[in-house]
Amino acid sequence: MTATIGTAMIRKEDPPLLTGENKFVDDIHAPGELWMGMVRSTSAHAKITSIDTSAAEQMPGVHSVYTGAQLDEMNLWLAPLPCAWPVTDDMVNPPHYPVAIDEVHHVGEIVAVVLATSRYLAADAIEHVVVDYDYLPAVTSVAQARDSGVLAHSELDANKAYHWPLVPDPDALDAAFENAAHTITADFVQQRLIPAAMEPRGVLAVPSPMGGDVTLYSATQVPHILKVMIAATTGIPEQKLRIIAPAVGGGFGAKLNVNPDEILAVTLAQKIGLPVRWTESRTEAAGSTHHGRGQLQHVELAADSDGKLLGVRVHVDADMGAYMMLLTPGVPLLGSFLYSGVYDVPAFGFTCDGYFTNLTPTDAYRGAGRPEASYAIERAMDILATEVGIGPDEIRRRNYIAGGEFFENFDAASTLTFDSGHYGPTLDRAMEIAKYDELRTEQQRRRDSGEGKQLGIGLCTYVEICGLAPSRALGGLNYGAGGWEHAVVRMLPTGKVEVVSGSTPHGQGHETSWSQIIASKMGISTDDVTVLHSDTALSPLGLDTYGSRSLSVGGVAIAMAADKVIDKAKLIAAHQFEASPDDLEFADGSFSVKGTPTKSVHIQELGFAAFTAHDLPDGMEPNLQEQVTFDPPNFAFPFGTHVAVVEIDEVTGGVELIDYIAVDDCGNQVNPLIVEGQVHGGIVQGVAQALFEIALYDDDGNPTNPSLMDYLVPSAAEVPSMQLDYTVTPSTSNPLGVKGVGEAGTIGSAAAVMNAVVDALSPYGVTDMEMPATPKRVWHAIQGGGS
Amino acid sequence: MIVNGESHTREVEPRTLLVHFLRDELAQTGTNIGCDTSSCGACTIHIDGRSVKSCTMLAVQADGAAITTIEGLADAARANGSSTGDMDWHPMQEAFQQCHGLQCGYCTPGMVMAAVSLTGEKPNPSETEVREGLEGNLCRCTGYHNIVKAVLSTTGGES
Repeated sequence: MTATIGTAMIRKEDPPLLTGENKFVDDIHAPGELWMGMVRSTSAHAKITSIDTSAAEQMPGVHSVYTGAQLDEMNLWLAPLPCAWPVTDDMVNPPHYPVAIDEVHHVGEIVAVVLATSRYLAADAIEHVVVDYDYLPAVTSVAQARDSGVLAHSELDANKAYHWPLVPDPDALDAAFENAAHTITADFVQQRLIPAAMEPRGVLAVPSPMGGDVTLYSATQVPHILKVMIAATTGIPEQKLRIIAPAVGGGFGAKLNVNPDEILAVTLAQKIGLPVRWTESRTEAAGSTHHGRGQLQHVELAADSDGKLLGVRVHVDADMGAYMMLLTPGVPLLGSFLYSGVYDVPAFGFTCDGYFTNLTPTDAYRGAGRPEASYAIERAMDILATEVGIGPDEIRRRNYIAGGEFFENFDAASTLTFDSGHYGPTLDRAMEIAKYDELRTEQQRRRDSGEGKQLGIGLCTYVEICGLAPSRALGGLNYGAGGWEHAVVRMLPTGKVEVVSGSTPHGQGHETSWSQIIASKMGISTDDVTVLHSDTALSPLGLDTYGSRSLSVGGVAIAMAADKVIDKAKLIAAHQFEASPDDLEFADGSFSVKGTPTKSVHIQELGFAAFTAHDLPDGMEPNLQEQVTFDPPNFAFPFGTHVAVVEIDEVTGGVELIDYIAVDDCGNQVNPLIVEGQVHGGIVQGVAQALFEIALYDDDGNPTNPSLMDYLVPSAAEVPSMQLDYTVTPSTSNPLGVKGVGEAGTIGSAAAVMNAVVDALSPYGVTDMEMPATPKRVWHAIQGGGS
Repeated sequence: MIVNGESHTREVEPRTLLVHFLRDELAQTGTNIGCDTSSCGACTIHIDGRSVKSCTMLAVQADGAAITTIEGLADAARANGSSTGDMDWHPMQEAFQQCHGLQCGYCTPGMVMAAVSLTGEKPNPSETEVREGLEGNLCRCTGYHNIVKAVLSTTGGES
């Protein structure tokens, strides 16, 4: 198939997924495998006083049982689980071992491990491990962590883990607020969310006893990062580890960690010489896989009499959960730069305090810090609009960077340089598709007549940071890795192309998009391209997939490697034609001598010449294979405007999302079909935060809605079809002009929906509403005349 | 039981869930498991022509049943002459690919099986009927937009 950059090509990935052929981790088996069963803490905070494993050890099919203390004595690891982002030099980071040794800090923390010959026998055996606890008071919210004297970790003297400031010019910020005609303050709650990728996490570690090698199959987004981290944590030489992420059923950030089960599977498999596997149950996942969000936000805006922003001041108290996982402390900081949104704000300040609680650790979840930031500024802008007495569209127009006109390389007060933007047209187009004026007329008619359900219209213009990331910028933030991506493009002797991708898909369609990039560059069919990925033996170098980075870093590396292959092929073609390379043209896959179109050779024909190497230019190495490691010079900043339309039933408090319009700009698009799918899915995850989802705990720290019976992932019946459109403002941060789109929907939608909900309820005097806007909350707000 | 046209006889522990029997005993791993409360529908299969969440049944309850999983769907369509497209699949599989109704693909087998059953019962569903008919199948990637579009495309409807 000939599909180049910009074609809405159907995906190459689909056939094995649609026929059941694809293998997810739980589909893969190894002879002699043992099933891990995790005995998990039933207490949020307690001293372990005793663990009796004797009954479990006697059960049929049980191979062995290990407590944390026993594992500690076996010296299976050198260090606790890693945190790669110590955001300050004095950040508190209590050790987090795969299995608790003497004190547990959240429900679901592993206290003992059973190995048995089947998943059923492992499940039976964990029921027969008896653990005695000496209960300690638990910290069950970030507010409690901040305000009470209860300690989440009894060996620490405080719950605060760090204080992180980003206040470039404190005097200017103070002056902005002193001189303001309007100031508003608002407090928002970013509730805890359970990422809930449809495939639960799972592992299978297969040892090679003779060589000491271990292959780990894991449902992970980050096989390359995992390999480095497992080597560093366990002391297993890195070259002895092979990590394979087979088909992975969604991630959304929840699969980018280094988890206890991964360390346990690898080290126990190596220790006993048998394959070890585990698949989490959905209910278990509430305590075994990290959560997202969990922030209290305090936002202050200062504006002049026209509503023009003078300053933005934000403080966040962030819930780390019980431990620092791989990126936990840095997640709120990823959003820090975006609290000024799409606006030209002269003065800016952000501070964040991270606190430990006795809840499941938090870490990245779709958007990771950026949906929180976008929500805060976009909700606050609606509040400011009301204060100033203008519409939500007008307050935005008055404050857009460059007045809503096109710009490149804007230096924001939050210290980053936005690559490019053109915000006004996204608002214009979104309002046009939504028929905004008609909606406002209908809203007024319903309010006046008291007839029918209340209508609410919400706007959000977001900007986000993608293309993670310039390695130096990450270094400046104390992040423990670079942000480059690696690619290899090789033309095989028969003219087919193999691409080795360092970024690792789990639903995003890399095989299709990367094939289109190659097809575009080299003038060949996408059918002639195969993409190798997700296996550290095939793709040894990579930094994987998160933060909407795959295309704008990894895809760019592939395009650049393809250019290098073409350059080398051109030298071979010139040699064959006995012409100067400068006299050759390359079009539609063929090299020809300018002015002599009969002298022409297709690039795929040169694969064999490069392979035989019988007649290459002097000094040229055989084969057509090139590699590129691309380290982007800047982040990319996608943006867009979303409009949510809700109907609220005054009697029941039920909120129904009846229309959703999104006009996004992710720069140039490689595959518009994939872009559309990413936007749809992202929007619904933000809608889910706004209307349905919250991870709940009781006062003792027990999760009360860990299963999908109670944790309300929306179904098709809860959401409408969406209307999407795009503008195209190429990025200046990479040669493809691409920006990233994986998280955009989520970053725009929660604020749009909640602005619509508050808009619908404004006749009742409601000025804010906490997420999720459940019928109960909405009904009470209507009854109480406030929020 | 007969699974995708092939007869299987096994002795099973009484507590074995049908989905585990299909996956672990018969290696029919196309049917996925996404939850432990019969909420997500990733394990949806057809038993004697009706869609069933295979985590809600014991294997012994399916004694003698005729089961179709995602692995057998295209063959079943070919057998009754309803297969379509370059891949010669069931029209619902074809529609999911054409409409980009899947991303990670984990919910897809269950979603396709549920959709086939839905359109079997309601040959010309409205968009609302499709959305409500698929309420028992969760997807985290697509926002359902293109799934609904795919199902409607097989019945001549539009979303």
